Amino acid sequence: MNILEFTLLIWLGSLVAGFLGSLTGLGGGVVIVPLLALAFGVDIRYAIGASLVSVIATSAGSASAYVKEGFSNIRIGVFLEIATTIGALFGAFLAARAHTSLLAVIFGLVLVHSSYLSLRPRRDLPGTDRPDRLASRLRMNGSYPTPEGIQQYYVHSVPAGFGLMFTAGTLSGLLGIGSGAIKVLAMDRFMRIPFKVSTTTSNFMIGVTAAASAGVYLTRGFIDPGLSMPVILGVLPGSLLGAHVLVKAKTAILRIVFSIIIFLLAIEMIYNGLTGRI
Amino acid sequence: MAYRGARWSDRWVAIVVGYFLRTGVIVSAACVFAGGVFYLMKYGAGLPDYKVFTGEPADLRGLHGIWKDVLSLHSRGMIQFGLLLLMLMPGAWISFLFFSFVMQKDRTYIIASAIVLGALIFSFAGGYL
Repeated sequence: MNILEFTLLIWLGSLVAGFLGSLTGLGGGVVIVPLLALAFGVDIRYAIGASLVSVIATSAGSASAYVKEGFSNIRIGVFLEIATTIGALFGAFLAARAHTSLLAVIFGLVLVHSSYLSLRPRRDLPGTDRPDRLASRLRMNGSYPTPEGIQQYYVHSVPAGFGLMFTAGTLSGLLGIGSGAIKVLAMDRFMRIPFKVSTTTSNFMIGVTAAASAGVYLTRGFIDPGLSMPVILGVLPGSLLGAHVLVKAKTAILRIVFSIIIFLLAIEMIYNGLTGRI
Repeated sequence: MAYRGARWSDRWVAIVVGYFLRTGVIVSAACVFAGGVFYLMKYGAGLPDYKVFTGEPADLRGLHGIWKDVLSLHSRGMIQFGLLLLMLMPGAWISFLFFSFVMQKDRTYIIASAIVLGALIFSFAGGYL
């Protein structure tokens, strides 16, 4: 296989990964890294470098569509980005030192968790009417449009959310993924932020978080132009298309299928990590 | 711009940032694509070599080297430049948010956005520290 064929195949794979990633809300990164590492035999450090850049591209590319709807909350985003960016720096420094087998095993475990999360039904937990003291002081409470009119919401458990965001950032920097699933988990399960607000705010945060580890990856030589080029040119249109289809399609069956694929990739990553093949 | 709300309100800032990001993504993807065409014309028949990690050459690891490669029309440098634009976009967007909090005189968030910006700068300066 020469470079031209290799590039075209990776482009096609990334297109599909981006499409499925945005359709299921898990992001393209969780598929790109195993795809490159397992199917194409790419060293996992090059794979996470390429994936990370595509994560920034997807986040930035879909932001303009999300902003118009008026769901995202800038204050929540910026405040929690303190935790995610510092976590991402930490994760990226770890990635530069950790053994590749260890990276593969951790990646596999995160995949198992993602496949579980993608099967879980999404619904808003009932929020309380009582504002939380810290969240009010940080002016995080907001409102968002619903079919029944403008709905007010109150944010809770800021310290717990902040802690979980640090973990999300570390995993993002360590594995080159957006870790949007954990960000959303922190915001809608712990902080009781309405689902629409958490997903769109998370999308903004993913790009900033990824940028915090991107600099480390770049200076350590993880980001290869020849490999990243087909990855971002595939993931970007794929994920924008996925977001477009998402509005119309019923994704229940697709989520189950995707969840099974991710679970299988997880087993494969863990096996290859444990046997020292990655 | 369609939105007619108060300037420097959170909503206004979010919309401006949204437009900025979309433009940025288009510009950087175009750079990557153009560099990619040259790259494939030059190296397309060669064999890919990503099995063993050796890290990128020094010129593709920093802002200065990448810019020099662009000026000398190196295809890999051109792609890397597009990728670099993408990587720097979130920083530009946080800078804009920082400025908007300064305009709103919101001290808590001036500090919060400054910390985030500091983390981003630290990341890119990492190689020089």
